[in-house]
Amino acid sequence: MSGSKIISVAACLVAAVMLTGPAYAEEAGIFDEYRAMFGDDNPAIFVIEEGEEFWFASQGPKQATLESCDLGLGPGVVDGAYARLPRYFKDVDRVMDVEARLRFCMQELQGRTPEEVDDHPYSLRGDLGTEMEALVAWLAEKSRDLPIAPGQEHDKEREAYALGEAVFYYRAGPHDFSCATCHGQEGMRIRLQALPDLTTHEGAAVAYSGWPAYRISEGVVRTMGWRMRDCFRQQRFPLLDMGSDVTVALQTYLAVTAAGAPMAAPGLKR
Amino acid sequence: MKIKITFVLWLAGCIGFVQAEDMSSALNAGFKSINQVGLDRLEQDPLQAFCSKPREESGDAAVAAELRETAMASVVLPGNGDYLGSWERGQQVANNGKGLQYSDNPEEANGGNCYACHQLDPAEVAYGNLGPSLTNYGARGQSDVMLQYTWTKLWNTHAYNVCSHMPRFGAQGILTEQQLKDVMAFLFDPDSPVNNLAE
Amino acid sequence: MAGKIRIRAQLDGDTCEVKALMRHPMETGLRKDQAGEPIPANYIEEVTVTHNDKVVVHGYWGAAVSANPFLGVRFAGGQAGDKVTVSWRDNTGETGEGETTIR
Repeated sequence: MSGSKIISVAACLVAAVMLTGPAYAEEAGIFDEYRAMFGDDNPAIFVIEEGEEFWFASQGPKQATLESCDLGLGPGVVDGAYARLPRYFKDVDRVMDVEARLRFCMQELQGRTPEEVDDHPYSLRGDLGTEMEALVAWLAEKSRDLPIAPGQEHDKEREAYALGEAVFYYRAGPHDFSCATCHGQEGMRIRLQALPDLTTHEGAAVAYSGWPAYRISEGVVRTMGWRMRDCFRQQRFPLLDMGSDVTVALQTYLAVTAAGAPMAAPGLKR
Repeated sequence: MKIKITFVLWLAGCIGFVQAEDMSSALNAGFKSINQVGLDRLEQDPLQAFCSKPREESGDAAVAAELRETAMASVVLPGNGDYLGSWERGQQVANNGKGLQYSDNPEEANGGNCYACHQLDPAEVAYGNLGPSLTNYGARGQSDVMLQYTWTKLWNTHAYNVCSHMPRFGAQGILTEQQLKDVMAFLFDPDSPVNNLAE
Repeated sequence: MAGKIRIRAQLDGDTCEVKALMRHPMETGLRKDQAGEPIPANYIEEVTVTHNDKVVVHGYWGAAVSANPFLGVRFAGGQAGDKVTVSWRDNTGETGEGETTIR
């Protein structure tokens, strides 16, 4: 007998609990209680580890790592880089978010094709996580608690903000929805899901700082790029391209509105 | 015709330094068609364009009035004045949030997703608040005026409120005439749970 | 990445806190795919946690546990450098395991 004794077994994620409607009731505080039961347990800690391994893994035709990828603070600098995105990159003469930049580095440094990189960036139902999700989770962790500070010096950065704002209010499709339909007023919700007002600093800060996040209901880390894509799906729009000017512009609009607030990702969401 | 001209003028004047053609090319480059959802969904009609101004800027009142009139003129009332279908089926339409997303099966009927934004049956706790509560809607009576007003709101909400957030369920072909009748019954029928308030 | 379990084991006073993420679809057998065909059941049935090769947790799971289960366990008596393992076996006979040392 070594004296080892089981004290408690906790936090198996039980699907049945999560699929009932009222468990989504963030307003009623039920989800907050549920989240409190996790304490500081966030399964994203393991996805962050995977992300770090992907960064240092030799991949692609060039069998190279991403170690010399320049995320805006110089080649290989990852500390604080996420919080400074989206920003203008001279080598490509455009504004990029974290996914657009990683996509670029995978092609440039590792020689991977756009087809391969774009094929499956976000987990589909039943997937156990992707390289992109893991890398973004790790990079966000490297900016934890740092203020959101996207670039707004370069003309193209300001153009991205203006395009992002215009896209935010752009109504189209059979349902006439824009981002603003759901995210342009305070205190609103769809069913029981609370909707941040993304036109205010407070709302944008809560939304922007918490992504990427581990989605308990899906068992994977989701990125801000995925969040945008899935909003547009529900807006009845076509498929939003990862790293496209539209997604970069929207993230610029959000990040500028949220600027100054500390990053708190990877977060934990329902 | 007049609407089209003012629409072009507005785009040239008010969208800040994002030109309409830049917006259009960014959108077309930023999205891919998938399953049944094509890039044509990114094109705006005059009403959508008028209602896409940032920061609640209000548009030209004359244009707004014309858009309202056009919306009103487009409303197709049900034949023989028969507005009310089955509230049971209407309840299903109100609960169903699917339809017209690329993840949806186009063979299946679209939903109205009313609960996303409105309270209806008071026993349903999972309702949104983007729109007003419609609980006890039937208390407003079943006069011809109420029936036609409600049908018009469902068919094309912009006939009354030019930049309402609500979808145009009839005008955009989201729901069929029969589904609209069923939703009408869900709202008006005295036996519908919408109108049966618990003590 | 299926099969590999990521584990952290950290001392908190005189107890050791173990956290583990298992990559597993945890299919209930009740869901259907897009074509309407049932998706076969595939879920973890048995989970074991050991400390220096001694079993400290042995549990039976079922289809109600979510995909990619996250397990948290605390036991007394661990020391920095001790070996901790977590392993599972699912209803198809597949197994997965991971190993770490207490920090």
